This record gives sequence, structure tokens and C-alpha cells, in this order.
Amino acid sequence: MTDWPLLSLTTFLPLLGALFILAIRGDAQTVARNARNVALLTSLATFIVSLLLLGQFNNASADFQLLEKATWFPGTGIDYAMGIDGISLWFVLLSTFLTPICILSSVGAVETRVKEYMIAFLVLETMMVGMFCALDMVLFYVFFEGVLIPMFIIIGVWGGPRRVYAAFKFFLYTLLGSVLMLVAMLYMYHQAGTTFIPTLMATMFKPEIQIWLWLALFASFAVKVPMWPVHTWLPDAHVEAPTAGSVILAGVLLKMGAYGFLRFSIPMLPLASETFTPLIFTLSIVALIYTSLVALVQKDMKKLIAYSSVAHMGYVTMGIFSMTTQGVEGAIFQMLSHGIVASALFLCVGVLYDREHSREIAHYGGLAPKMPVFATIFMLFTLASVGLPGTSGFVGEFLVMMGVFKANSWVGLLSATGLVLGAIYMLYLYRQVVFGSSNPNLKAIPDVSLREVIIFAPLVIAVLWMGIYPATVLDPLHSSVAKLIGNYEAAKALAVAVAP
Amino acid sequence: MNETLELFVALPEIFLVLAALLLLMVGVFQKGNGAGNGYGLVSTLAIIALVVSGGLLCQDWPTTKQVVFSGMFILDGFSAFGKLMLLVASAFAIAMSNSWMRQEGLGRFEYPVLILLATVGMMMMVSANDFLALYMGLELQSLSLYVLAAYHRDSGRASEAGLKYYVLGSLASGLLLYGISLIYGFAGSTSFTTLAQVFSGHTAPHMGFIVGLVFVIAGLAFKISAVPFHMWAPDVYEGAPTPVTAFFSVAPKIAAMLLLTRVLMGPFGELVAQWQQVIVLISILSMFVGAFAALVQTNIKRLMAYSSIGHAGFILVGLAAGTAEGMQGVLIYMAIYLAMNMGTFAVILCMRQQGRMVESIHDLAGLSKTHPMMALTMVVMMFSMAGIPPMAGFWGKFYVFKAAVDAGLMTLAILGVLTSVVSAFYYLRIIKIMYFDEAVESFDRSWGMALVSVMVLATVLILFFTLLPGPLLTSAQAAVALF
Repeated sequence: MTDWPLLSLTTFLPLLGALFILAIRGDAQTVARNARNVALLTSLATFIVSLLLLGQFNNASADFQLLEKATWFPGTGIDYAMGIDGISLWFVLLSTFLTPICILSSVGAVETRVKEYMIAFLVLETMMVGMFCALDMVLFYVFFEGVLIPMFIIIGVWGGPRRVYAAFKFFLYTLLGSVLMLVAMLYMYHQAGTTFIPTLMATMFKPEIQIWLWLALFASFAVKVPMWPVHTWLPDAHVEAPTAGSVILAGVLLKMGAYGFLRFSIPMLPLASETFTPLIFTLSIVALIYTSLVALVQKDMKKLIAYSSVAHMGYVTMGIFSMTTQGVEGAIFQMLSHGIVASALFLCVGVLYDREHSREIAHYGGLAPKMPVFATIFMLFTLASVGLPGTSGFVGEFLVMMGVFKANSWVGLLSATGLVLGAIYMLYLYRQVVFGSSNPNLKAIPDVSLREVIIFAPLVIAVLWMGIYPATVLDPLHSSVAKLIGNYEAAKALAVAVAP
Repeated sequence: MNETLELFVALPEIFLVLAALLLLMVGVFQKGNGAGNGYGLVSTLAIIALVVSGGLLCQDWPTTKQVVFSGMFILDGFSAFGKLMLLVASAFAIAMSNSWMRQEGLGRFEYPVLILLATVGMMMMVSANDFLALYMGLELQSLSLYVLAAYHRDSGRASEAGLKYYVLGSLASGLLLYGISLIYGFAGSTSFTTLAQVFSGHTAPHMGFIVGLVFVIAGLAFKISAVPFHMWAPDVYEGAPTPVTAFFSVAPKIAAMLLLTRVLMGPFGELVAQWQQVIVLISILSMFVGAFAALVQTNIKRLMAYSSIGHAGFILVGLAAGTAEGMQGVLIYMAIYLAMNMGTFAVILCMRQQGRMVESIHDLAGLSKTHPMMALTMVVMMFSMAGIPPMAGFWGKFYVFKAAVDAGLMTLAILGVLTSVVSAFYYLRIIKIMYFDEAVESFDRSWGMALVSVMVLATVLILFFTLLPGPLLTSAQAAVALF
């Protein structure tokens, strides 16, 4: 089993499923049913294959593992290279974990052009997984940008009333950042003569060049994270996207930017990363406090959760650039936790939207007696989002705070206010929707169905497991994060030694 | 080398000229027989002639540089690569025209013959090793194209397009000739080989050369519709019959672009510092005009005109680098551009409602529902033109920008990628119309097999280029190595 190209298999299995769906013919109903089944089976199979990665992965090693290399552009230093380390391992699993959930959640919610919808999701999965596995910068870029195509279609075809605006905004915003990254990558390629990521990590770029390269990469990753003030595409995209689109957007796509910081900015451009740490801290704090306040006044549930995502990603960027073991591990943990919690919250909104076709907070109220199971599930995820001990949210936020306090106690202090604000808006949302006076129109609202319970069950288990026994997730991270920080410190020390 | 052997070097061209003349006869006599007007037969034969010519070219694929006819004609890897692209473009153009021409009642045998003659002219252009040979090839091409633009002689728009093209094209030819005469006056030769010797080692040539060179660049920039010499393109693209537009947007562009590369990198290769700024400026202007002017277009042919102006700008980025790598980028971009444009025009040629052609981009509304496969083709082409990976168009941009970055042209590269974001907007708009808007009316199912084959072929090439980029990359490398 060890000599199977597991990473390529995980990456391209969904694409195979998509091609298969493309070939399905027949009357509309049969096509829809078959497309759904094929998509679900493919994504489940992909998830199972990706679980094999866990077995193959060696926690003790800090190097890239399960390496695959093949000639791609002969003789140019650009090759097809895949491999994972502790950092990417979990993101691959997160992507393969969320895709079947998305597909299952679309049953009933998406009734038009089911075939195209399923193809878009499977292609999206290929792009996401490929991006996290890529060990070649150009290959990374191909997947990174390729994500835009299916997401653009998903928002634009199956989205809400302002879908066209949201889809264009999403696409152009992200593209604008990415093309600057492309120029930086071309320059790095020019300097190093190869685009193999481990080689680039070992290349030391000149400090004055690093600044420019870092800014170009930042333009791309900051939009993807998204960091304040380039976050404005996110609320629009979230509100207009169909539920499953929001889930993938919050669950995986937002992590691509932070992953970029971990994979490119910090290891390849350590000196510039140090220079710009204050910038990142400032933007993260503004994001944390400002977007939390904005979230407080939202009337639309999806918008509220979208703004809370920006705030939570503020923790992530802060944790990464604290460059302490706790901070970085906490940031990665927080990303995984947010990936699951935010996805679950969007699914909760989706449950309500499917029944009532409204996302207005004011439309709901007093759901607790009518939908007890739903109320319980919603509560769990609300509390996880707030960071209640025992849920995954707590571990991530706690570790990040610890790391940030070590790096800069003022930043740590300010970030703590974000926790309070987060609790205010999430509990406000929960109280308004689940308790309080009931809207008379909601008399006959049914509780969650079996299918919805099946959707939520793995998410509930994941959130609790990660909260109670975080070591499962943290263990594979240690050596990779230690190496990342070790290299960063070494580069800094070297720069000090060389400086006159 | 003796005279007979020299002839063999130009065998593909010679064969094509003879074929064109023969087909002219065939057409005339067919017409006399009253059995239709011979259009179908002649165009089939023309495609066969192009394929045979391509076969002759491939069979004698150059392994060394061959300069023949007293230094007038050169056959090297670069020109052979260009000729192959031209032959493919022409063959597809003829094949794609068939059903459209018949439906519009324009099926006359002169059309394929004119395309053959234009192709010969273009092949001469890419093989020119002397300013005189260059001019001969250019004029044979241009005169055929002027007629093709006005081919729909009963249409006011087409006649206007032809006339405009002719007047402005003559002006450009005049500029070119003036530049050539200046260079000849100062160097005493029109041969590229001699000129290269004259300039070798001279970093600061006489001012007369520079002025002459600028005129030559201006004349050729007109042919690739680069800003500020692009004014004719939108009108001619819109006015000319659609299959002719499809042909215009690809083949002459390839020929003129390779010719410009030949002139600048060959005899003037030592003077990179002198011409680089001119090309950088033209390139930036073309990218900007191509991106911003297309934003407001609703006629798809006009939109494609601006799109092709933008692409000319991107290709010039590769040339501006002034390196072998840049030339390689030009070739790769050209080959991908050929596939993208053919695929797009195959869809445009299918745009017919109730027996007449429609040209507004809004007529594509809801195409994803009425003709899903056609919409898929268009989506692949549009994303490719916007340069979004994994479509092939991305790699074209990748290689030209890589060359620019390597040559230290950072500003050019940054401006280039930024304009590519602007241009992404209008490509996305077409996707939006096809996928997000509701269908109004579906197209007539009157297209032939040829268009479907072109669509399938182009889609497969663009979509799967990323999986197997090796062949194009290595052949472009080999072509530039033998320049």
C-alpha cells in the first residue's frame, strides 16, 4: 500500500467522479439522482483514501512525506511534486471531510442543474486538496487559482438574488491579489531556478527583495484570509452563495490564505515576515474588534456568521505571526476548528432557510420548544464558536492567546476583547433565534430530519473530540511547527550576524 | 548549394502557390459546368492542399539553418514552427467557414483560393531574410486580406471594412517602406544577414537606423493591431464576414508577430536597448486599450477585436524581453492563442437565430441550458483567454511574463498582470450571460460537423494542455534554438 501515490489519488479521485457524472444521460430526474449518488460516493471514497494518509504519516518527522515527483515541464525546473507535512495533513483531511457533508446537505436545497452542481463541487474538491498537497509553487498556483472557477459558477448559478454581483466581486478581488503573487513567484523562480518548494525554503532571498516579494504574496493571501480591510467580498459571497457554497467557503477556502502564509511567506521570506509582523498584528486586531462590532448589528444570520469568520481569522493571522510554538499550533488548530464550527453554523442557517426561506434574524424566535434537537445542535456550535472549554473553539483560541501574549502582551490584551465581543454577538444570535417570543408563522416548523442529523453528527463528534482530546490533532503538528519556527529563528540570527 | 536543391527548401510554399492556381482553374470550370459553383469542392481541395503542404514541411523539418535564393529566404526552426501554425490556422479557417458561407449565400470558390494565397504570403513573411522578401510576402498577404474583408460585396458594412482596411493598410505599408529605405540608405543593404554584421559590436548606431527601425516597427505594429496602430481592427473585425474575422484574428497576427520578432531579434538583435522601450510602450498601451475598451462592447466580434488587441499586447511582453526565452514565450502564446481563438470563433459561427446570424453577446443568454456543450466550450475558452489556470491561456501568459521578469522588466510584468484582471471582467461577463442569465431564444441547429470538431478539438487542447505541456514546450525550445 505504501507505494501507491496516495496524494495524487486523493486529489484526482473527485475529478474522475466529475468526468463520470458528465457522462450521465437520461431524463432530468434520473440524472439528478444518479449525479447526487455518484458525487456522494466519490467524495466518501476520497475521504476514506485521505484517512489512509493518517496511517502513513509519520508524526516524528518534520520533513515532507509521501513525496511524489514527476516531470511536468521538462527541463525548466517546474515539476509535478506532491507531499505533505504536519501542517498540510489536516487541511487535506478537512477538505475531504467537508465535501461529502456539503454534497449531502444539497439534497433538497438544490433542485436545478444538479448535474453541473455536483461536477462543480467535485472539481472544487480536486482543486482544494491539490493546493494543500502541492510541493511545487507553480502547481500550487494552478490549484490556488483553479478554485476560483468552480466557486464562481457555484455562487453565480445557484446563489441568491445578488449572486452575479457577489460572484464577480469574489472572483475579481481574489484574482487581483493572485496575479501579484504570480509576479513574485516568477521572480523567485528566476532567482532560484526551480519552483520546488523545499528548495525555495532553503533559498535565502536578499532582505530588500524580500520586502517586495512579501508584499506581493501578502496581497494574495490577505484577500483570501480575508484580512481587514480587504474582507468586503466575504459577506457578499457568503450571503449569496448556496448553503453548501458557504460551507466550503468558510470551511476551506478561507484557510488557503493562512496556509499560504505558513507555506510561503514565513519560511521563504523570514526577514520580511519579521519586518511586517506589526502590520499583521494591527490588521488582525482591527479585524477582531471592528468586524465583531459590525457582526453585532447584522440582521441577516449568514452575514453575522460571515463577519464572525473575519474576526476568527484575525486570531489565526495573529497566532501565525506571533511565531511561538503555541501561537502557530493554536492558529492551525483554530483554523481547523473554525472550519468545522463555521461550516456547521452555516448548515444550521441552511436548515432554517430550507424551511422558511428567510435568513432574517427577526423572522425567527422561540424555536426551542418546536425544534429541540435543532436547538441543541445549534447551541453546541454557538458555544464552540464562542470558545467554551470542552469544544474545539476553546483550544484554538487559548493557544493563540498564549502565543500572542508571549510575543506582545498589548496585542494579547486587545485580542482578549475580541473574545468578549464574540460571546456577545453569538449569544445574541442564539437568543433571538431560539428563545424569545415566537413568530406566529412558525407554528408548524418541523425539527431536523434524519438526513440532517446524519450531516450534523460527524461535525458534532469532531468538535467535541477536538475539544476534549486535542492531542490527536496537535501531535502530527509538533515537529513541522518546530521546524518552521527553528528555521525562522535561524534566519533571523543569521541576518543579525551578517549585518554590520 | 545548386539551384534545384534550393527550390526544395521552399517546397511547401511552391506547392501551395501551384495548388492555389490550379484551384482557381477548377473553380472557374466547375462554375461553367453549372454544377453548383464549386465552392464545396474547391474548399475541400484547399484544405487537402494545406495538409499536403504541412506534410511537406514536416517531412523536411529543418535541422540546420538554410539560407537560400541569394540570402532572401531562410528556413530555420523558428520559421518552420510559424509555418505549421499558419497552415493549421488556414485549414481550420476554411473548414469552419463552410456552413456559414453557404447559409449566407456567400459560397463562392474565390474564398478558399484567396485564403491559400494569403497563406503563401504569410509563409513568405516568416521565412523572409531580406527586407525585400519581407515586403513581397507582406503585400501578397495584405492584398488577399483586403479582398477577403470586403468579400461580402453586397453588404455595406463589409465593403466599408474592406476599404478602411485597404486605406489604412496601405498607409502602414508606406511607413514600412519608408523605414526600410532609411535603413537601406544608411547600411547599404537590405539583407538581414548583412545588417546583423553591420550592427554587431555597435551599441550606439547612427540615428538614421533608429528612425528607420521605428518606422518599420510602426508598419508591422499595424499588422498585429497593436496600439496606437489598432484603429482599423474593431471596424474590420465587425464588418468582415465572421469566418473571415476568425481567419483575421489568428493567421495574419501570427505571421506579423513572427516577422516582427524576426526583424528585431535577427538583424537588430544587438540593439535591444534601442528598440526595447518602443516595444514596452506599445505593449503596455495595447494591454490597456484591449482591457478597458472591451469592457463596454456588446458586439461579440468587436469584443474579440479588442480582446485580440490585448493579446497582442501580452505577446509583445515576451518580445520586449529581447531574449531567447521571450521568443519562446511568443511562440507558446501564439500556439495557444490559435487554439483559443479557433474555439471561440467556432461558437460565434454557430450564433444563428431563425436563419440569420446574431452578433450581440446577449444572444448568448442561457446558452448553458439550450446548448450545454457549446457553453462548456465557450467557458473553457473564456477562462483560458482570461488566463485562469488550469486552462492553457494561463501558460501563455506565464511564459511571456516569466521572460519579462527574467529580463528585469518588472514594471511591465506588473502592469501586464493588472490589466489581465481588468480583461478578466469582460470574459467573465460572457460566462455570466451564458450561465447566470435566463435563456431567451436558442440557436438554430444548423452548424456542420466541422464546427463541432473544431470546438471539441480546441476544448480538449486548452483544457488538457496543463496535463501534457511537454511537446509544445520542447518544440518551441527547439524552434528558438534554431533561430
